[in-house]
Amino acid sequence: MIFALIGNQNSGKTTLFNQLTGSNQHVGNFPGVTVEKKEGKIRKQKDMLLIDLPGIYSLSPYTAEEVVTRDFLLKDKPDGIINIVDATNIERNLYLTLQLMELNIPIILALNMMDELEKGGGSINVKKMEEVLGLPVVPIVASKNQGVDELVARAVKTVEAGNLKPYRDFCKGPLHKCIHSIGHLVEFKATAQKIPIRFAATKLVEGDQPMRQLLGLPEQDLHIMEHIVEEMEKELGTDREAALADMRYDFIEALVSQAVNKPSSSPERVRSDRIDNLLTHKYLALPVFLAIMLTTFWLTFNVAGAWLSDLMMAGIDAITAAFDGWLTEAQVAGWMHSLLIDGVFAGVGSVLSFLPNIMVLFFFLSLLEDSGYMARVAFVMDKLLRKIGLSGRSFVPMLIGFGCSVPAIMSTRTLASERDRKMTIILTPFISCSAKMPVYAVFTAAFFVDHRPLVLLSLYLLGILVAVVMGLIMSHTIFSGNPVPFVMELPVYRMPYAKSVVLHMWEKAKDFITRAFTVIFLATIIIWFLSNFDIRFNLVADNDLSLLADLGRLASPIFAPLGFGDWRASTALVTGLMAKETMISTLAILTGASESNITQSLTQMFTPASAYAFLCFSLLYMPCVAAMAATRREMGSMAVTIGVMAFQTATAWVVAFIVYQLIGIFGPAAGGMNPVDWLLAAGLLLIVLAVLIYMRRQKKKASCSGGCSGCCAGCAYASGCTSEKKNESNQ
Amino acid sequence: MTLDQLAIGQSAVITAIAGHGVLRRRLLDMGLTPKTRVTLRKTAPLGDPLELFLRGYSLTLRKDEAANITVEVANS
Repeated sequence: MIFALIGNQNSGKTTLFNQLTGSNQHVGNFPGVTVEKKEGKIRKQKDMLLIDLPGIYSLSPYTAEEVVTRDFLLKDKPDGIINIVDATNIERNLYLTLQLMELNIPIILALNMMDELEKGGGSINVKKMEEVLGLPVVPIVASKNQGVDELVARAVKTVEAGNLKPYRDFCKGPLHKCIHSIGHLVEFKATAQKIPIRFAATKLVEGDQPMRQLLGLPEQDLHIMEHIVEEMEKELGTDREAALADMRYDFIEALVSQAVNKPSSSPERVRSDRIDNLLTHKYLALPVFLAIMLTTFWLTFNVAGAWLSDLMMAGIDAITAAFDGWLTEAQVAGWMHSLLIDGVFAGVGSVLSFLPNIMVLFFFLSLLEDSGYMARVAFVMDKLLRKIGLSGRSFVPMLIGFGCSVPAIMSTRTLASERDRKMTIILTPFISCSAKMPVYAVFTAAFFVDHRPLVLLSLYLLGILVAVVMGLIMSHTIFSGNPVPFVMELPVYRMPYAKSVVLHMWEKAKDFITRAFTVIFLATIIIWFLSNFDIRFNLVADNDLSLLADLGRLASPIFAPLGFGDWRASTALVTGLMAKETMISTLAILTGASESNITQSLTQMFTPASAYAFLCFSLLYMPCVAAMAATRREMGSMAVTIGVMAFQTATAWVVAFIVYQLIGIFGPAAGGMNPVDWLLAAGLLLIVLAVLIYMRRQKKKASCSGGCSGCCAGCAYASGCTSEKKNESNQ
Repeated sequence: MTLDQLAIGQSAVITAIAGHGVLRRRLLDMGLTPKTRVTLRKTAPLGDPLELFLRGYSLTLRKDEAANITVEVANS
């Protein structure tokens, strides 16, 4: 028996899912958390599969995830629907129920958050609701596991009984006539296509393009239909869409007035308003937000994170040492020993040491998300981000980017729109992550002792500036079109539910560990190989002769116009792909310095101008393998990921070049400017522009960014879609 | 007048929803139907978007989107 769990966002759907299946699934207040279809076996039941679908408000798809839910209901036809309804917000929640009732699938209604309603002095006459709706209704409190067993029992009974109750008709007057006439008109076609007649009729009245195509109605029928609908519009004095929405809400209002005793004000709502008085206050909202985020970062990267990281490092070191000893004892070949210890253990270990940071960060983020604060952050920041073509919801991932790009990229999954998601993934690595800090520290100590804070600040600002400029450019080229409308519910603040916070943290950790042992594992082996073998595949004694050094030498002319043509600098950039902080240890090894007297060897390699250009490049070029793997995962395509990395590296080159040349012209020690360099730079800029224009063309040819099914009617991204595509789908 | 012109704390009754396509249907789906009573709770610190209260819940809309909704100020 397959059940679909359907409900509005913020209705406690995922909490109920966790209670029913005990599976690890995240629950959030931030609209649109569950993007993937998740399933689990219902506890204590045989063969009862529950599928958790993205939260939706109606069956007219608006976001890509809502399309998922509607398609599942229509095509996969579950045996039953468990429709969860927030009893404290019953009117809007029942709107979806009325649409589900048209699908001819047995439904059981779970009235959630009954405790909140009753605490406020409200009550619901369940018998009356069952009578009016013709559906079984079970009051529950998902977060306290109350009523859940009864819900399951009645769900099974409803489906086993098999015979659906006669359809409850909630239309009246001219609209009733209209829907039923069209129902008769398309009855045959709809039955042949196995589409519920009533659902087909309503969708046709609404003017739903996919439904018309699906049924393949003859021209004549379309004419009759249009005539019927126009008559109805004339009689009611309104248009078709408003008439339908009106009909449903009228029915709900009547039902609510009979069966629901709404509390005059609920304690949760009052508390929520009080919290909002501070958190979205006109002047205090931004400072409070900054304080919350700074505290989160401080706790993540300094207090808890650092302590746990040290612990983790100590653990990894101990294991490495033990394994090292064992290898020596077993007299394993030298190269194998080196591969395992210097390659795999060192590489995977250094990445794994981020694990505590990531877990702690996600712990706090899911607290903020589940409490309802993230929706407020989007609300407060929307205006700023709209200027670069994004919506307020993209702010959080970018902010996390200051800590680490990996969780930042992972957290873009909460964004509703595909376009915003992609842009955010591309822009986030420009934000200076914490792993670049050691590089800045060493270089500023060597070159800018007197102006350290200023140089550091300038780097952080440069990262933000580049993200903003690139955002502007992208939103006018490859991601052109209007930002997706910002129609979002601001949920009542609720106490985060401990079980789901922990489950969420565990899920992210699992994700990260899997990556550390797959992609990063491979990458460490490759880098180890490159740095230990020469071109003839002989083991080298000195890193100087390795393939990696050859690569560095090969790449160094590219960096000459930026002022750091030294092969050691380019080699450091290559190893920086493992993890940015390894750049320092690479430079130390290659210059033969220890990490403490590296300052001296750096001053021989760089001038202040080239050092600053080097820092700019390090800030902006493609992120480390961990972030690369995250990008690959979220973008879903290796080719796109490589394109993104190339774009970021090209951007870094151009910016570093401009910075170096500007310092050359206006800086304290004006160096010469080579016309060839300028030509090179101009050429590269042209290439970047050409790539952008080419990608825009490609996009025009392909599709728009919203999980396009080739049908623009009812697509939320239609406004940003190309005209060709729209014409195509309208034919 | 349109919904974005309400003063903070002011309530009004919706008379019509302009616009077309998906956004309009979304507004209707979210309960912004004619005869519905809406209160403008507040604006975001930077002046946009708006926080509305209707049908027992809070909804946020940008001003551009709210300008599609015609309202009549309630006398009460």
